[in-house]
Amino acid sequence: MKASDAVKEHESGPLWSRYAAPARFFPLAGRLVVPFYVLAAILGAIGLYIGFVIAPTDWQQGESYRIVFIHVPAAWMSMIIYLAMAFWGLLALVLNTRLSAMMLQALAPTGAWMTFIALWTGAFWGKPTWGTYWVWDARITSELILLFLYFGVIGLRASIDDDRKADKACALMAIVGAVNVPIIYFSVKWWNTLHQGASVSLTAAPKMAQTMLVAMLIMTAAAWAYSIATSLVRVRSLIIQREPPSTIADSSGGPQPAFATSPPGSSGK
Amino acid sequence: MFFASVQRDLRLLLRQGSEAWLVLVFFLLIASLFPLAMQPETKTLLAIGPGVTWVSALLSVLLSMPRMFAADAQDGSLEQMLLQSEAWMAMLLGKLVAHWLASGLPLSLVAPLIGLQYGLDAGAIAVLVAGLLLGTPMLTLIGAIAAALNLSARGGGALLALLMLPLCIPVLVFGAGAVEAQSAGLGAEAHLSLLAAGLIIASILAPWACSSAIKIALD
Repeated sequence: MKASDAVKEHESGPLWSRYAAPARFFPLAGRLVVPFYVLAAILGAIGLYIGFVIAPTDWQQGESYRIVFIHVPAAWMSMIIYLAMAFWGLLALVLNTRLSAMMLQALAPTGAWMTFIALWTGAFWGKPTWGTYWVWDARITSELILLFLYFGVIGLRASIDDDRKADKACALMAIVGAVNVPIIYFSVKWWNTLHQGASVSLTAAPKMAQTMLVAMLIMTAAAWAYSIATSLVRVRSLIIQREPPSTIADSSGGPQPAFATSPPGSSGK
Repeated sequence: MFFASVQRDLRLLLRQGSEAWLVLVFFLLIASLFPLAMQPETKTLLAIGPGVTWVSALLSVLLSMPRMFAADAQDGSLEQMLLQSEAWMAMLLGKLVAHWLASGLPLSLVAPLIGLQYGLDAGAIAVLVAGLLLGTPMLTLIGAIAAALNLSARGGGALLALLMLPLCIPVLVFGAGAVEAQSAGLGAEAHLSLLAAGLIIASILAPWACSSAIKIALD
């Protein structure tokens, strides 16, 4: 079967399965990357402006609270991306689709970064507010464990040479991790309440002003747009790496991979 | 089939000799390192005893994990087992049970020695052993998933640790928490019940995940 037939095969199906073929998804992803980056930039600029200029100074925490405009969206993204990875992993195992496994891999580094940013900004917020960079609080600890879970998936992917094997192994690991995340969270929460009394509580935070909430939501939307754009870029490079070059038809007008234009095998001459 | 598989794995282990008891020695050794690394005051020892015992148990099980599937995968017997699709699950369960009988069970039985070294009283030691008896099978089950995933990889021990240890944290928390609750006079029942509940859930889900991971590796 010629590679182009494999692409055509999907054209008859419903829309969602049509784009399940990596070669067909490639140009679509290419068209979506720039809009999402632009969206992320615009929303980020608005969110940061409201957050840093318009939003009032917190009467308890002073100016240092403003880091929540980055911290909270990053923490939300870190969890959502892990769930998204598990979702793609489930699809990859059940439907045996290549693209879902590639999405999983493309999401992992962004998720790990979001987790890291959440931890890092949290530490810098904690110093002036709680007087310490690190507290063994339930949320912080489970966020740290989440980072290790991301490293686990990334490390597993990196140490398997066979792509299809790696796809399935990572999918399984992501699912096992996602089942465990709530258990870890509750176990750590309980451990925490047993060990140290109510020294610091994140849940009893003072009520937020309206502008603060708006800024945070806009920043969250920006984080979504950024994560989508970055993973699309990454999934495009994964497709270029793994799919036969001749199947990838780039109609987006974007930069075309040099080897995709020449038939395979002709580059050596 | 199940018992045959348990028997086979245990016999293989006994013939190899040293490995089974090396895990025990490792367990005792790790636990003995902590007092040497700090001032061995009675109060500190009491406070860290349960946690140290549990971390040592976790590391010992981790150490014994690679041998679970690696040899069988290398000489092809794992593939042969997989081919007998009806008996496969029974054989896998047999391997899991055999692994626990050779690592978790002896660990739990020598744990009182560590408890005594750290000055825990009899009640706390009893809870520690009960917790280990409920918790170490879970470590075996979770570790088996990681070991099976590791079959496809060339990552070695470090990757195995990265995959296995984060997933084991709840076991650690409730296991060590049980002893602490007992010492604090709260009673360990809640923690032990949670460990038992976890064991039931893990023994339903983990063999399935483990089997899929092996199928992926041998695909």
